Amino acid sequence: MSIAPSPKTSWTTRTRESAVDALPPEKLLPDSQPSYVASWIYVFGVASIAALIVIIGSGVILSLKGPAWWHYTGVGHFINSIHLWAVELFFFVMVVHLWGKYWMAAWRGGRTRVWITGAVTFLVAVPTALTGYVSQQNFDAQWISTQAKDGLNSVGVGAFFNVTNFGQMYSYHVLLLPAAVVALVIAHVLLVRRHGVVPPFALGTARDSARVSPAVERTPALSGVDGPSPASSGAPS
Amino acid sequence: MSVLGAVFDLNHPAHVVHWHFIELSVANIVVIALMLAVFAAAIILPFPGAARRRRSES
Repeated sequence: MSIAPSPKTSWTTRTRESAVDALPPEKLLPDSQPSYVASWIYVFGVASIAALIVIIGSGVILSLKGPAWWHYTGVGHFINSIHLWAVELFFFVMVVHLWGKYWMAAWRGGRTRVWITGAVTFLVAVPTALTGYVSQQNFDAQWISTQAKDGLNSVGVGAFFNVTNFGQMYSYHVLLLPAAVVALVIAHVLLVRRHGVVPPFALGTARDSARVSPAVERTPALSGVDGPSPASSGAPS
Repeated sequence: MSVLGAVFDLNHPAHVVHWHFIELSVANIVVIALMLAVFAAAIILPFPGAARRRRSES
């Protein structure tokens, strides 16, 4: 015999209601974006995600076939090259995305967590790539790991993060760090959906710009139409 | 690969630029220059349909 809890005390009800309050469906999957998003500088975030999808797809194939497969088959070498160049592209577009958001001061309007999750994603992606380089099973991996161990030992983490231990590095590379990167990217995208894409600075003198209300910078980017830019919404410019 | 190998001779130690304490390989400098060029182009180049969207909004 079981007693059904009342709807208000059920944890599933509370979780659902708080999730819908934070991200209603029209915010989670909007019809359109504000007109200021129509700029090339706004494409590098989604380009980073596209590269990450290719990285994970090729990485899954490499992990299924084993870490030495790419050394003795042409197909393996091809998949490994896709994995490598997708990583190069990922960092390339992520750095341009970072520069763009830095110069937009993308933490404005209550977007601090958006900025922090993006910055931490970049920091976690670096050791994710490093553990891949030391998992190559070749002289390059040996050279990189023996150089990296000196740097890591100099800051006292070599006992916990041993770059010359292939098994440890491979586990970090195929599971722990990618899971962290993907979780951070999901959190980053959900926060962008919740707060909207940061609007550009209002045109005008520095004194005028400083008077722009924080409410204007919280432009509801996801109103279902091409939302008003700060200039067209009567904001001081 | 043989065609690329004929264009870029990689059978030598990396070229390195050394300035005070800064030491960068030429390959890394090329990548940094490309990122700066792409960043500048993304700001300067018009996005397709951006002007039309602004007109329809105003």
